[in-house]
Amino acid sequence: MNLGRGNPSLLIGGAIVAALAAAAIAGPILCGIDPLAIDLKSVLAPPGPGHPLGCDSLGRDVLARVLWGARISLGVSTAVVALTLTIGAIVGGTAAMAGGWVDGLTMRAVDIVLAFPGFLLAIAIAAILGPDLRDLIIALVAMGWTGYARLVRGEVLSLREREYVSAARALGARPARLLFLHLLPGLAGPVAVQATFGVGGIIIAEAALSFLGVGVRPPLPSWGNMIDAGRAFILVAPHVTTAPGVAIGISVLGFNLLGDGLAQLIGRRD
Amino acid sequence: MTGYFVRRILALIPVALGVTTLTFALIHLVPGDPVIAMLGDNASATDIVGLRHAMGLDRPLGIQYLAFLNGLAHGDLGQSISAHAPVATLILEHFPATLELAGAGLLTAILLAFPLGIIAGVNPGGAADLGAMGFAILGISIPHIYLGPLLMIVLSLDLGWLPLTGRGGLSHLVLPAITLGTALAAILARMLRQSLAQVRGADYVRTARSKGLSETGALIRHGLRNALTPVVTLLGLEAGSLLAGSVVTEMIFSWPGLGRLMINAIGARDYPLVEGCVLAYALTYVMVNMATDFVYCAIDPRIRLS
Repeated sequence: MNLGRGNPSLLIGGAIVAALAAAAIAGPILCGIDPLAIDLKSVLAPPGPGHPLGCDSLGRDVLARVLWGARISLGVSTAVVALTLTIGAIVGGTAAMAGGWVDGLTMRAVDIVLAFPGFLLAIAIAAILGPDLRDLIIALVAMGWTGYARLVRGEVLSLREREYVSAARALGARPARLLFLHLLPGLAGPVAVQATFGVGGIIIAEAALSFLGVGVRPPLPSWGNMIDAGRAFILVAPHVTTAPGVAIGISVLGFNLLGDGLAQLIGRRD
Repeated sequence: MTGYFVRRILALIPVALGVTTLTFALIHLVPGDPVIAMLGDNASATDIVGLRHAMGLDRPLGIQYLAFLNGLAHGDLGQSISAHAPVATLILEHFPATLELAGAGLLTAILLAFPLGIIAGVNPGGAADLGAMGFAILGISIPHIYLGPLLMIVLSLDLGWLPLTGRGGLSHLVLPAITLGTALAAILARMLRQSLAQVRGADYVRTARSKGLSETGALIRHGLRNALTPVVTLLGLEAGSLLAGSVVTEMIFSWPGLGRLMINAIGARDYPLVEGCVLAYALTYVMVNMATDFVYCAIDPRIRLS
């Protein structure tokens, strides 16, 4: 396996994403500090022994909150990407396979949602639905599914004319079998690239929603709401905002590099 | 050409109607009762029924929708509950600030992206390319919500060069514009670099070279204009992220625009105002997308208008 040769983006991005996943899964357990434990004696304490990244305005450990925030941010982003992919594949795939008025009607609906600024849609839905993580995920899915629906439809329309698909059709495969067994696996590459960039975009969107107070709500830690809460103390305790800010930056960088690397990888194979 | 513009503007009507309907559906169909949310869980049944009636929420949904459209046609978006003023007036008051911020952010993005993209694109693989693209990838990765506070610490609090928050003269605009424009600048610079690399091998660039222009001169004088088409397309696609960024930027810098109005309205459970703001954003977005199409045609006459 020499996937990484001549493709530093793939190597570095992959390493960052792997490290993030490890931090999100094992970090909260290894760290062992309660991210919600308030300690009024160490309010805004700078980084030091006991609190490697210091404490926030309620004396809560910043490292523990960043690690739990990783779990929440990455968990939400992965769930959103998985759901948008599924919805996009079903909607886009069905539209392309059915053709005719089904296709026309579906894509008009997609166009109308696309004519709406996505982030606004997410803000409005998150604000109206409520404070649960589930509501946040629904809001972000509502923002993201249209892109995948278009991508999958376009790819299916072009793949449909390939010989192996005609062969399967000649053998009597039904449209559903064609779609799920022959077409969707064929477009895994471009979809994987878009999904990787998608995770980065959703991490930023989730952080922004939480920053605005309609995403992950306190006391549950999220990188976005940590920056919001730390903003007021930015002069006396910059570490409170720096830690989650850098965490978002590194995550987005990781997923962007991995997406670049994957795009280069499938470009070379084709 | 004129026919195309007229047709595009007419095609705007169904899109605007679709977007308006979606806004109405968002506020009225999504589960959650605005009246209970406004009055709190302990409100008496009489109060709930009273407010529901006062807001017209006890009417059938179809009637509410028609009333909403009718009001919209007359420039009436209802009454804000928290600000005790007509929603349309509040939106008109706050809209110029958002437009100013978005314009400044866009300008910053373009002013940053062009030098970066050109420096990187004329000599791919060189040190300048690496530096410019390194900066670009940082620019994409750093979120607005962190860049804003960071700029505030360094340029405003530490160095005291610029005002911290609020809207005023040009100096108030600098930090919000950089906050809003950086990510877009990075994305555009990457696109411009890639696009320049593609036109580099084109026949007309080689011809210009053979007529004695330098490599860089040929690329900039003859290649740049052609390299711009994908950049403008991308700019149109990114209009949404500019709007999204402006909401966050307004909150960071207490910028008195539409985004801050909307977020405060959400906090105050002022649903008529939220609805009006969302609608204003959505219609602006539709219009920006159309404007991008027009710019696209102006830059590249090869695009057939059909």
